[in-house]
Amino acid sequence: MITIIVQTVSRIMIPFIQLFGLYVIMHGHISPGGGFQGGAIFAASLILLTLTFELAEAEKRAPFRMLIAIAVSGALVFTGIGMLGILFGGYFLDFLVIPLPIPPADVSELMIVSIEIAIGVAVMALLIIIFFGMAEEVFE
Amino acid sequence: MVRVRHVTVFIVLAMIGAVLFIAVLDMPAFGDPEAPAHLHVVPRYIEMAYEETGVKNIVAAILISYRAYDTLGELTVIFVGAAAVLSLLWREDE
Repeated sequence: MITIIVQTVSRIMIPFIQLFGLYVIMHGHISPGGGFQGGAIFAASLILLTLTFELAEAEKRAPFRMLIAIAVSGALVFTGIGMLGILFGGYFLDFLVIPLPIPPADVSELMIVSIEIAIGVAVMALLIIIFFGMAEEVFE
Repeated sequence: MVRVRHVTVFIVLAMIGAVLFIAVLDMPAFGDPEAPAHLHVVPRYIEMAYEETGVKNIVAAILISYRAYDTLGELTVIFVGAAAVLSLLWREDE
């Protein structure tokens, strides 16, 4: 049952859930975590918003077309970084051939962090798309 | 007739279960450092992952660098799942 207690508690908790999701995405290369896990946590915060408020409220915060654009661009960033390897004469997803003025291991770390962020953003958008798509069938 | 079928199903399932049980007995002990899974590529990952990828978390190094194709495939799976949900449930009218 949705009461003002549930709504207030979820309103307090959602920012912290989102912050934790971003932390899990950003620290995926240092500590346990990564794009998939952090994206799922971030998506869970918007699912909580949908369950405790209206679906329209959640769709106002995360418009459907914006989610689709985010998901597609996340997958494109992953593939694009992979293509950089081919562009500079290596293999697909080969990070060490990318010519940046920093040591090769640092280039690799930079690319891994970028890919983690791309995965996290894409998984977040895709899970919310799946949930919204199914929730629209239920709520209407 | 139904009884015969039940007995047959039971015998087949018991045989499959016995085969799986024998296979489990053949597996290396839990945490065995000599197990084949720990001798193939794992030493290379543990020794070289930080130098080769510059990432402190070996799991992240394997997921994004050594096994990047696999991760791209996982992302594609979720992507296709969302595309399937949209193609089935999305209505243009709003």
